[in-house]
Amino acid sequence: MSTEARGKVRVEGGKYRLNGKFHYAFPNDPIRNEEGELMGVTNPRDVTHIHMYGGEAPFFENLSKGKLLGTKCENPDCDAHGSVFVPFRIHCPDCLWKNTIVDMTETANKGASVHTFMITERTGAFNTLEKPIRFVNVEFEGVSTILMGYLPVGEPEMGMKVVPIFQTKSPTFTIIDLAWVPQGTLESELPEGFSFG
Amino acid sequence: MITFSKQQLKVPEMSKPVYLVTGGMSKFGRSIPEKRTEELVIDSFIEAAEFIGKTPADLKRYIHSCYYGHFADHFGDQLLGESVIHDRLGLDPLGNIGIKTGGATGGSTLWEAFKTVASGYSDCVLAMGWERMDEVPTDEGNHYIASAADKDWETPLGHIYTGYYAVMAQKYWQVFGKEEESFRKTMAEIAVKNRGYARMNPHAQGPMKITVEDVINSPVVAHPLRALDCCLMSVGASCAILADEKTAYELTDNPLLVYVAAGSHTLRVADRRDMDIPLLPNETPDQYKDLGERFPGGDRYPGFTGFLAARMAAYYAYRMAGVVDPNKDFDLVELHDAFTISDIQSYEDVGIRPYGEGRTYVESGDCYHTNPYTGKPGELPANLSGGLIGNMHAVGATGIMQTIEVAQHIWNRWAEMHGDDKKWEAFGREKPADWTDLQVKGAKRGMAISHAGVGSHVTSTILVHPDYQLERRQS
Ligand SMILES: [Zn+2]
Repeated sequence: MSTEARGKVRVEGGKYRLNGKFHYAFPNDPIRNEEGELMGVTNPRDVTHIHMYGGEAPFFENLSKGKLLGTKCENPDCDAHGSVFVPFRIHCPDCLWKNTIVDMTETANKGASVHTFMITERTGAFNTLEKPIRFVNVEFEGVSTILMGYLPVGEPEMGMKVVPIFQTKSPTFTIIDLAWVPQGTLESELPEGFSFG
Repeated sequence: MITFSKQQLKVPEMSKPVYLVTGGMSKFGRSIPEKRTEELVIDSFIEAAEFIGKTPADLKRYIHSCYYGHFADHFGDQLLGESVIHDRLGLDPLGNIGIKTGGATGGSTLWEAFKTVASGYSDCVLAMGWERMDEVPTDEGNHYIASAADKDWETPLGHIYTGYYAVMAQKYWQVFGKEEESFRKTMAEIAVKNRGYARMNPHAQGPMKITVEDVINSPVVAHPLRALDCCLMSVGASCAILADEKTAYELTDNPLLVYVAAGSHTLRVADRRDMDIPLLPNETPDQYKDLGERFPGGDRYPGFTGFLAARMAAYYAYRMAGVVDPNKDFDLVELHDAFTISDIQSYEDVGIRPYGEGRTYVESGDCYHTNPYTGKPGELPANLSGGLIGNMHAVGATGIMQTIEVAQHIWNRWAEMHGDDKKWEAFGREKPADWTDLQVKGAKRGMAISHAGVGSHVTSTILVHPDYQLERRQS
């Protein structure tokens, strides 16, 4: 199956413009037991989904530019007024006002620390991260939430200071474009494609 | 700091009492290649009918609407799988609906069934849950499960749900477990206990006679969790029949009062915001003031260590049923032991122990059928079915299985349903020579907790023998 032929999408005039193949069909195979009796069949398939980011698109676009965006509720009448959300929330979870986008890159560079972490050798199908994965949950000064990410350099510890790094050279435009490294890590130690932004 | 309104915290009011009439379950296994899902569903329905001396056709005549718990369309590879089951059970033209709330699907199915009877819409309903997780290889199964996390913010990170969960385990382990060897052993004890009880259960997929050392030496999944700390992935079905008082007593002379309540919390753990601890009837506002001093790092609630959804399910359900102290008011519980450490966390969320002290429920011996330190009956035996670690986690069926297991104790029919040689034989399983009757003597009340993933949904199902109702106080 050639990847050139794999489906690509553009939005033009508010409509999807599709090019290439979005699914590949393969024949079924019988499943038999040791007596040779039919028990079932395999159902192979390969499908490309289309997924729109909507109001979160600026977050994923900016990762590729080395920026970490959050959002903030600026409704003066909201209980959560002034709360900053990372993960980026399009609307305030309390008043449902449209949040204001704020650049959290500097805050993250100064004061992010590991709230908790986990190291795992196990992954699921379609994983592209190198194993073991070191999950880190990062808290920032002045942010009401705790962001999940991964630490490709160093060993995690609770309370450890970390800074964000970004897949700016060949971005995937997904959350794996954002990672964290211990404060003081050198640019030369970063994984391929990553920079400090 | 976020708060909840008076309206949101209202104790649920039901128009009429609801009864559990009967229930049943299939065999559970990691794979059951010789049967289609509907065959397992029918097995569980027949068990439920026979339990009250009815034929399936007799029992079906009473049912007015149907509630189907099936979590993962991906695993089933069949959208509207509920309709397939409904048709194969021959329950047309009754209204039916599918329910999916991750790991809490079974409990949520009971919740819907319960409200339907309580409202008067139906006099008698079927709650049926199932899951089939054996039709993809394990790594694709892991991806499917990880698809229940946020697909933009979490799933691409390893496609491994355990990873999203284990960060919470790590936090609890360091803050409340203080990384103590003794705490590690307490976790392992739960795995030993639940797998040991599973040996007495012919339905169970994961019976094992093991030691604390076996658990601690099993392969690391995600530190501090090891393979034997984790629950099973299963195939199987379980069902319950709920009815109003009149119908319940037409069907059986011994129905149980049932109460179900539900809570929720953010799908992404990352979105959790700080709040005051919502208190259960056996707690006081002062008792958690020094939690952060006693457990440095433990002052953020729920942080990554508490399950607000479980706390709220208990908050509503205890007040509905008149429960003040779960240790005194319940005779047994079935908890959602997805991992040994999350089992400990839930002791605190549901008020069996105060926050920070969950481990003492195990260390005191209170959680055992027979307290190993005193030789007397455990104060509040937990997961005598074997739980998710020893019996099964066929997601959509789990919360229903737990409820039926509790009910069989209150009905004083546990030994009949677990000791029958014919059942062991029919399931192709060998009854152990040291098979032990785990019936909780004189059980009158109990609870089952059904819990989704990192805590997005939790239900509390309380069963009460009608002669032993608790007085409902105003909270
Ligand atoms: Zn707001």
